[in-house]
Amino acid sequence: MDEKVWKVSTSPHLADRESIPKIMWLVALSLAPAGIGAVYFFGAHAAWVIFWAVAAAVGTEAAIQKLMRKPVTVYDGSAFVTGLLLAYNLPAEAPFWLPIIGSAFAIGLGKQVFGGLGYNPMNPALLGRAFLLASWPTHMTIFRTPPRGGTISGIDVETGATPLNLLKQAHDVLHQAKVAPGEVPAQKIADAMTHIGKLYESYGNLFWGRVGGCLGETSVFLLLLGAAFLFYKRYIDLRIPVGYIGTVAVLTWMFGGSEGLFTGNPLFHVLAGGLILGAFFMATDMVTSPVTPRGKWIFGIGCGVITVIIRLIGGYPEGVSYSILLMNLTVPLLDRYTKPAIFGARKR
Amino acid sequence: MALRILTRRGFRGGVHPPENKELTAEKPIEILPPPPVVVIPVQQHIGAPGQPIVQAGDRVRVGDRLTEPGGYVSVPVHASISGIVKAIEPRPHPLGTTALSIVIEGDGQDEWSDTVVDDEAWDQLPAEEIRERIRMAGLAGMGGAAFPTHVKLSPPPNKPIDTFILNGAECEPYLTADHRLMLEYPEEIVRGMKIILRVLRPAKAFIAIEDNKMDAVRAMRQAVQREGLSCEVVALPVKYPQGAEKQLIKALTGREVPRGGLPMDVGCLVHNVGTARAIYQAVAKRRPVIDRVVTVTGRGVVEPKNLLVRIGTPFSFVLEHCGGIRDGAARVLMGGPMMGIAQFTLDVPVVKGTSGIVVLNQEEVDRRQMAVCIRCARCIDACPMGLMPTTLYHLVKAKRFEGAQDYGVLDCIECGSCAYVCPAGLPLVHAMKWGKMEVSRKLRAAG
Ligand code: SF4
Ligand code: SF4
Repeated sequence: MDEKVWKVSTSPHLADRESIPKIMWLVALSLAPAGIGAVYFFGAHAAWVIFWAVAAAVGTEAAIQKLMRKPVTVYDGSAFVTGLLLAYNLPAEAPFWLPIIGSAFAIGLGKQVFGGLGYNPMNPALLGRAFLLASWPTHMTIFRTPPRGGTISGIDVETGATPLNLLKQAHDVLHQAKVAPGEVPAQKIADAMTHIGKLYESYGNLFWGRVGGCLGETSVFLLLLGAAFLFYKRYIDLRIPVGYIGTVAVLTWMFGGSEGLFTGNPLFHVLAGGLILGAFFMATDMVTSPVTPRGKWIFGIGCGVITVIIRLIGGYPEGVSYSILLMNLTVPLLDRYTKPAIFGARKR
Repeated sequence: MALRILTRRGFRGGVHPPENKELTAEKPIEILPPPPVVVIPVQQHIGAPGQPIVQAGDRVRVGDRLTEPGGYVSVPVHASISGIVKAIEPRPHPLGTTALSIVIEGDGQDEWSDTVVDDEAWDQLPAEEIRERIRMAGLAGMGGAAFPTHVKLSPPPNKPIDTFILNGAECEPYLTADHRLMLEYPEEIVRGMKIILRVLRPAKAFIAIEDNKMDAVRAMRQAVQREGLSCEVVALPVKYPQGAEKQLIKALTGREVPRGGLPMDVGCLVHNVGTARAIYQAVAKRRPVIDRVVTVTGRGVVEPKNLLVRIGTPFSFVLEHCGGIRDGAARVLMGGPMMGIAQFTLDVPVVKGTSGIVVLNQEEVDRRQMAVCIRCARCIDACPMGLMPTTLYHLVKAKRFEGAQDYGVLDCIECGSCAYVCPAGLPLVHAMKWGKMEVSRKLRAAG
């Protein structure tokens, strides 16, 4: 008779090969093309911003976990990803302390106060960015470095020159001309019209990334490369980005034009600014997005609606970060009211 | 009778664990010699246990009945070797408990009871006689669930069965017992099915097999033709848990068994291929369930095999016959790795529901560190029942059982798909089982 006492455990006794570190490090890998692109387009300073953001995120996480005598889990890659995403949301010429403060805030107050990975209600990187934007607005919105191989959006303007910014300025001029006819000089109106025209022709620059903006958000091509990889690995659910980008396209087409309904330029709005980065890499953050299929659709569409409202009506040209943060807050509700149908609950 | 590669709708969710069936798929069923001692638990089915009708000291022959069924939803057990009843006492049961068992010490004669006789007129018997023979042969589903077969074959008149499905999916990784049965005894299975159809008279009949066993599909199709049976042999795309009753019905007919309901609520009945063969043996040979085919496999076994094993044979005896256990073996399971039950001792007996003995080694077994839920929703995508395992896990952990009930914990079929895909390595099925237990207890207390 065999006297050995065997170890028991609940079924199942097999598991697939996924793990949290594997997922996180592969997400970091999927962000690599855009980071390398940023260094190419904006120069070595972009690399320093990325470095400081990542180092501060990982360092803060380790320090807090040590202090609280919790197991240090920085090897799981999640703090690394948060640092990376925060850096991608900063201008390339940001002073070194900006990413450091941003990452420390993101990890400390965006994640660890809630209990760490899995418990944070909002995307930590976006919280960090929102904090920086509120505290040092000028540092956050000046994009002085022109991208390599091109002028900013094909228009020579000195500061504040992201494509969305330029569009907003031009639209403001046109709006002004409409409400107070005669007060805006004809030359200014003509300039605004040319700007809009030029912007709308800059698809190529927008797609490859030869435009001003936050360092990791500009190259649609490189971002889509990473997103395709994540989709192939099933780490992102396409419902969120498709709902998000689709909504932005439809709404900007309907309301984004200066000539009336259905005269907007949806493609420009999709390619410009942080929408691609936000829709594929930040709205899809597992911890802070809904878990149910229908919830994901609503979440994506909600992000799109808020983004368009901010871009077209609000005083701020971008709107991706705030819309995702706002929608993060609706997640518990969305999860609760979009439960999937239990097998056999429907009539046959 | 056409062979059809399925392009039907299938069912939602599910996973694709590595099959590892090649360890034993090519190995013909070997007959394991009767062991010197068998331990036969009086309860090997879902329902009331039977009452022993033998005493210590009695001599029994193979096939002699040992218990009187304890009610309608109850079946007897039989002696699986000839010899002397040594004791009737509690012994470890592979379901993880101790259970009243009849211990028989063999006399090496292997003398069979004279009640085991061929019946030439087996295909002309009335339905009542068929059910009675099946019941007294001790039949309980051989697929693992072990529900008394005669009860399933007696649908109430207001729930007519229009579709019968013979389940040869065998979707559990590693197991090949049903596969081998279909290759080696297709006639007996088809005859068992004939008997079932004679009792139920459904309009339509299927034999469902996953398409990783095309040789079995061909064998069954030929047998169906030879026996002149009208039924469709269907090859289903491989996906776990294809062989779960509700998922199988959905994949074949598009019908969803309602929550808390039974297959007969949608006019369906499912039996496993092993049960069909046992039905044939019970009715045509008057032979009770005294043995079954067991896949002994896993990388912790020296020589994996498909074995015909007498009920009551200790796991240790079976494993010895397969060359023993390798160094580095980590888990001994009754059943497959997705739903099987881990055993702490090898002193448990093979019972009617033992489809496999799987010994996993350190590399095969799930060794992940438990982390926290990152809300990746993989468990929700994998759940074939449309549940939210992550939410249920949190509710059960917080002992909010009413919440768990609202979220449908009772609908969980414990298939393990959720825990299989969870990157955080959370014990989701453990939580489901606990939640189901607590909720059922509360429901019972509330009457
Ligand atoms: S919750 Fe239950 S039914 Fe759903 S996947 Fe998990 S074990 Fe299977
Ligand atoms: S699979 Fe695991 S980590 Fe992912 S949501 Fe479900 S319970 Fe959480």
